Amino acid sequence: MDVLGLFNYWVVVILMMAGLYILIARYNLIKKMIGLSLFQTSIFYLYITIGTVDGGTAPILVDDPSVVYSNPLPHVLILTAIVVGVATTAVGLALSVRIYEAYNTIEEDEIRAANAEEQDI
Amino acid sequence: MMDQLPALQVMLPMVAAPLIVIIRHPFWSWLIATLISVCACWVSWLMLQQVVDGSIIRYAIGGWEAPTGIEFYVDRANAGVALLVSGLSSVVLVYAYHSIKRTVDTSKHYLFYAGWLLCLTGLIGMVITGDAFNVFVFLEISSLSTYMLIAFGSDRQALVASFRYLVMGSVGASFILIGIGFLYAATGTLNMVDLAARIPDTESPRAVLVAFSFLTVGLMIKAAVFPLHGWLLNAYHHAPIAVTAFLAGTATKVSLYILVRMFFSIFGDEYSFGYLLLNWVLLPSAIAAFVTMSLVAIYQTDLRRMLAYSSVAQIGYILAGISLATQQGLTAAVVHMFNHGMVKATLFMAVGCVLYRAGHAHIPSLERMMSRMPFTTTAFILSGLGLIGVPLTVGFVSKFTLINALMEKGWWPAVVMILASSVMATAYIGRVVYLMLFREARESSASGEGYQEVPLLMLVPMYALLALGLYFGLFGSQTLGIASGAAESLLGGYQ
Repeated sequence: MDVLGLFNYWVVVILMMAGLYILIARYNLIKKMIGLSLFQTSIFYLYITIGTVDGGTAPILVDDPSVVYSNPLPHVLILTAIVVGVATTAVGLALSVRIYEAYNTIEEDEIRAANAEEQDI
Repeated sequence: MMDQLPALQVMLPMVAAPLIVIIRHPFWSWLIATLISVCACWVSWLMLQQVVDGSIIRYAIGGWEAPTGIEFYVDRANAGVALLVSGLSSVVLVYAYHSIKRTVDTSKHYLFYAGWLLCLTGLIGMVITGDAFNVFVFLEISSLSTYMLIAFGSDRQALVASFRYLVMGSVGASFILIGIGFLYAATGTLNMVDLAARIPDTESPRAVLVAFSFLTVGLMIKAAVFPLHGWLLNAYHHAPIAVTAFLAGTATKVSLYILVRMFFSIFGDEYSFGYLLLNWVLLPSAIAAFVTMSLVAIYQTDLRRMLAYSSVAQIGYILAGISLATQQGLTAAVVHMFNHGMVKATLFMAVGCVLYRAGHAHIPSLERMMSRMPFTTTAFILSGLGLIGVPLTVGFVSKFTLINALMEKGWWPAVVMILASSVMATAYIGRVVYLMLFREARESSASGEGYQEVPLLMLVPMYALLALGLYFGLFGSQTLGIASGAAESLLGGYQ
């Protein structure tokens, strides 16, 4: 199998793993959100790649029956998913702001320490 | 009008939510939210009447027939789940009026109720849609509003709980999105009925396998199945108690329903359980859930956290029923979804009443609750018995069915585990009941002046749900009948 021909899928896998790694390994809430966005973006790439047809052009109807079009449906789907991703990021960042106001930090380990202290009292 | 019921079901709360944001008045927004929720409940009741004999409603949105367009697909199984979701939402909304006043600033009430209705929209939409991508969209509508509702909690830990749920929930939803993408790549369709027809003769079985794995893990995160339940505990503990009561009864159940739909209707039970041997994944995690979580629940000092652990355990029972992949096992799973939804919502409402008067839910300080808040305590004890599964309660109906189903398959060790976890449930509920009924108040506790009972608007919905639970406990055959019909529809796949 042609490895370079799957270039797009390699990008998807690398982006996805990078995103997941940041999400798991970083304690900073903003960095977590960055990881999450990266993770979601990789899925957008995946969908767009699925929609491609070899030699296909943009799916705008022309009078020539021999023209091959790319599949527009995944692109439309991913527009919805992009909106959802933006909304998720917005909610996440808003929550981080509120957390900063309440705890004066956005480092998860410090927040955890503050919560543990609260429970001891 | 009757033809438009599935669309109305989703449209009502979706249109009312922005309306509430425009009105901005705390009382009116509550009233509108409650009325709309009751209407949605009535609509789902009408829908259930239409499909209870086994017929199916297929509603093409915008007149675009499936598989080109998006459709709503309503049968016995999901009409029942829709009724559970909208019914619980109505009851808890009535209850929420006083309870929310305590935790949420009055100027933000309208946002709270708008978010609630959006959450309801998403949950109902997820249940009745017949399009795989639409499931994802409605899932995100409900999740995003849930993050917001949880963040309304009174202490600052609610924010952290909400953020944590946001991260885990988004990963789960993204997994579902990947799964749907692979399914589309393998079959070229998104309609669930069409998917079920095309999966067996796909040219790329590996893509289908990948899709199956991603969907399973994603939905298991959303349903808080045992090793993936991390978000649930803090979210239930710190959210406003009305939100917890609503979510505990509905959100995880809806995800479990989608999981069942996917296993049995889209992929088919031969693929999920015959070829992939899924029961060797589901059953161990189910048993681990109800044994370990019940055990941990015994040692909790906060009532809300104890019930949250017990929720994960109860999801284990439902999962055990699903993992049997038989008619009776699925019946047990469906009936337990309903029964646990009702019981857990009642319990959390009772805890909410305690919080409303006492201001805390610290278990060791709950002594002599019976003389301080007799009605609340009675409701707590009665639904607590339902949670344990004492005969004549709803819990008994579903546990009995589940044990029967397990014995039919000859899985004796699982039966023993269920009985063991029931004993643990008796321990953690019994401990609270003992404190509430018998233990003398300590001299040092300053709350000696005693509490009064909560407002009537909180007691009535709680008792309505309790009465419904008791009714279904005494006449269990009715829910069992509907549930076995639902299981039949699910096992039969799409016609």
